[in-house]
Amino acid sequence: MVALSQERLVSSTDAPVRRFSPPTFDRIFRFASLASALLVLIVLLGIIGSMIYGGWPAFSEFGLSFITSNVWNVNEDQYGAWVAIVGTLTTALIALVIGVPLSLGIAIFLTQLCPPWLKRPVATTIELLAAVPSIIYGMWGLFVFAPLFANYVQIPVSNIVEGMPIVGTILYARTPSGVGILTAGIILAIMIIPFIASIARDILDQIPSVLRESAYGIGCTTWEVVRNVLVPQAGVSIIGAIMLGLGRALGETMAVTFVVGNANRLSGSLFDPGSTIASRIANEFNEAIGLQLNALMALGCILFLVTFTVLVLARLLVSRVKVG
Amino acid sequence: MMDTVLQHRLATEPTTAPAPWGRVRRSRHVADRALKIICTLFTVLGAFVLGWILLMLLVEGIGGLSPAVFTETTPGPGTQGGGIANAIVGSLILTVLGIVVATPVGVLAGTFLAEYGKGSKLAEVIRFVNDILLAAPSILIGLFVYMLMVQPMGGYSGWAGGVALAIIAVPVIVRTTEDMLRLVPGSLREAGAALGAPMSTVIIKISWKAARAGMVTGVLLATARIAGETAPLLFTALNNNFWFSPTLMGGVANLPVMIFQFALSPYENWRELAWAGALIITMSILALSIVARLLLRKDKVR
Repeated sequence: MVALSQERLVSSTDAPVRRFSPPTFDRIFRFASLASALLVLIVLLGIIGSMIYGGWPAFSEFGLSFITSNVWNVNEDQYGAWVAIVGTLTTALIALVIGVPLSLGIAIFLTQLCPPWLKRPVATTIELLAAVPSIIYGMWGLFVFAPLFANYVQIPVSNIVEGMPIVGTILYARTPSGVGILTAGIILAIMIIPFIASIARDILDQIPSVLRESAYGIGCTTWEVVRNVLVPQAGVSIIGAIMLGLGRALGETMAVTFVVGNANRLSGSLFDPGSTIASRIANEFNEAIGLQLNALMALGCILFLVTFTVLVLARLLVSRVKVG
Repeated sequence: MMDTVLQHRLATEPTTAPAPWGRVRRSRHVADRALKIICTLFTVLGAFVLGWILLMLLVEGIGGLSPAVFTETTPGPGTQGGGIANAIVGSLILTVLGIVVATPVGVLAGTFLAEYGKGSKLAEVIRFVNDILLAAPSILIGLFVYMLMVQPMGGYSGWAGGVALAIIAVPVIVRTTEDMLRLVPGSLREAGAALGAPMSTVIIKISWKAARAGMVTGVLLATARIAGETAPLLFTALNNNFWFSPTLMGGVANLPVMIFQFALSPYENWRELAWAGALIITMSILALSIVARLLLRKDKVR
């Protein structure tokens, strides 16, 4: 404050010279900040607009069958999105099934169980998981995780379930290579953990500790405090955090491209390779011309609409918590 | 204090004589134990995966590191040796370009949200949109910039790559700038206004100054975020095996796309370079993230 007032005193000596410049600068500054803020809005509209514009020829060519058809034939210029849509939803769902319990467990550990001196390092470690580039997850998934997964999970499980009804289809690997829908889901689960965990932690931290303490006071165990006090209090916000993780999982590209197998095939088995919208765009876009380009844009449009809806719901549910 | 109470109870519980309600107690105890063990295990698992990934990078990447990696350009298909100098420099240029474009826009937009538009409907909409952009799939931003710049300009360029990265960085900077400016007490601003300073002076000389550390953190975090982004560069800056032209037109070599192409290639030396590149980029990003967090030491973890 002292420094500040000195600065004002110094500058007030040449006030007569600068009297007219501040109001002009003031207006320019205000306008620049408004324009920058509007730019954020324009970028989002631009993304929507360019996806619709680019994908329109494909939508008008194939109509609704673009979504329901599972043909993707570049030679005959026939395109359908169904396989990629199913792949995207399946991998994201697997990611949630595995990732959500892990994330919530980590959030509970950080807020309820962790000794204070350990909080910082553990929280930083989990947040650093989010800093690792997705391409590195892809390399880890393909070169380290997939071979182990093939040897220790796919082959034994396939041998056990072979011939069984239902499970024999879902968990049977025709070619146990390690890559596939399930592998992609597992990698995605690891990738969304830091996002869900850090928001869930913030939500749990915001619950007044009086509530927690009074529950402990009447003799609740930690589990009962979590189950009967924290969960009902956090409730909807936690679902919002999960939706935010879902948004990430739906649009993740590079890691999935490495491990999903990139096959345009609708298979009943989670061990079989498939593809997602993002992985297909990443694989084919640079070589695509004509209608294929439009079809990929249309895929992007579908992906945008799905993630947009999920993210809007997420934002409405999590009313503005701090993200690290 | 609560901890000691808990420990005490945990310690005494197993020794209590079985009573009519003994079974109930047992299950409560088991549920509680299970929760604690499972939550701890999950956290250990998270840390374990991070450690595993770093170990993998060190084991595979260190062998590939040699002086040539930093001096020679990426080799063509089927040739021996080579380095990734062009990809490293290209990545630096693209990241700097992205952050140079994104910082003024992000800081000004964040300033608008926290100072001018506080409480207005417009600011609320923009805040909402910014949060959506923050989590939007980065590949779609690549497609958008392809339509916006690559098609009209007639080819891939470093400029398009820089803009794509900037679009990813802006929401991060907007968010942190706004959050940090909101922490500046209103009385400081009022003091400035009482001295007759116009709003812009109050913001630049008081609000920004007070929130400086946090805003720098935001820019650093945004840099860490875009430095490893691959998907938006695939269709904008692309990648090639040469030094890029000074105008940045045509493909610009960069680490992430180089890693993507080389890691999946059949050539031994390409894969080695991909591992070396992966090690360099991950370590730089992790270092940057840690520095950013150290800068913002206070009240991040409660």
